[in-house]
Amino acid sequence: MAEAKRIERPLSPFMFVQYYRLQLTAVTSVMIRITGNAMMVAVLLLIWWLLALAAGPEYFETAEWWITSFVGDLIMFGSLWAIWYHYLGGLRHLVFDAGKGLDIETAEKLGWICVYGSVVLTILTVIIIWL
Amino acid sequence: MRYITDRKRAVGKGSAHTGAEHHWFMIVSSVALAFMMPAWIFIFGNALGSGYDAALATMSRPFPAILTALVLIVGMIHFHKGGRVMIEDYTAGTTRKLLIMAYVGFSYVMIACGLFALVKIAL
Repeated sequence: MAEAKRIERPLSPFMFVQYYRLQLTAVTSVMIRITGNAMMVAVLLLIWWLLALAAGPEYFETAEWWITSFVGDLIMFGSLWAIWYHYLGGLRHLVFDAGKGLDIETAEKLGWICVYGSVVLTILTVIIIWL
Repeated sequence: MRYITDRKRAVGKGSAHTGAEHHWFMIVSSVALAFMMPAWIFIFGNALGSGYDAALATMSRPFPAILTALVLIVGMIHFHKGGRVMIEDYTAGTTRKLLIMAYVGFSYVMIACGLFALVKIAL
C-alpha cells in the first residue's frame, strides 16, 4: 500500500563504461560536465588578465603575452569551443527539462546538433572577431 | 507497515531536503547566461589582444564592465553549483566536502578579484 516497494531499477547510464555500451546521448551529456569544469582554466586566465589591466601597462604586457602565446591561444580557442558546446548542451537539457525531445531519435539529433553546432559557432566567432 | 498515505509520502522536499531548489537555480542561471554570453564573448574577444589602451578603453565603458561583472557573478555561482553535482556523483566523505569547499572558494575568489579589477579600471 503506502510502503515504498522494492523494485528492480534499471542501471544508471552513469555506469556506462562498465555496464553500458557507449551511447551518443550519454557521451554528449558528460561532455557538458567536462567542458563546464575545464573552463576554470580560462576563468583563471581571464581574471589574471583583468587584474593586470587594472595594475597598469607594464604588468599587462606580461599577462597579455602569456594569454596570446601559443599555449594561451590553445587554451582560449579550446575554451571558446567548450563554452559553445556547454551552451548548446545546456539548451538541450532545458528542452529535456521541459519534457520535450525525449524520444531516442530527437535526443540523438539534439546531441549531434551540440557536436557540430559547437564547431560551427566556434569558427563563426573566430571569423567575426578577427575580421 | 507505516500507516501513511501515498500522497503523504510524495509531499515534501524529498531525500535532498531542499527539493528542486538546486536544479531550479541552475535553470534560472543558465537562461540568464544564455542571454549574456554571446554579447560578452564578442566584447571580450575584441578586447583580448587589442593592446593596453584599447582594452582599458573597452573595460572602462559601462556596458562591457557591467556585463563582465554579471557574467562573472552568475557564471561562477553556476560553476560551483554545477561542479558540486559532479563532485557528489564521483566522490564521498571528506574528499567530497573538501572538493565542494575548494569549488566554492575558487568561485568567490574569482568573483572578488574580477570585481576589484573592474572597479579599479572604472575609477
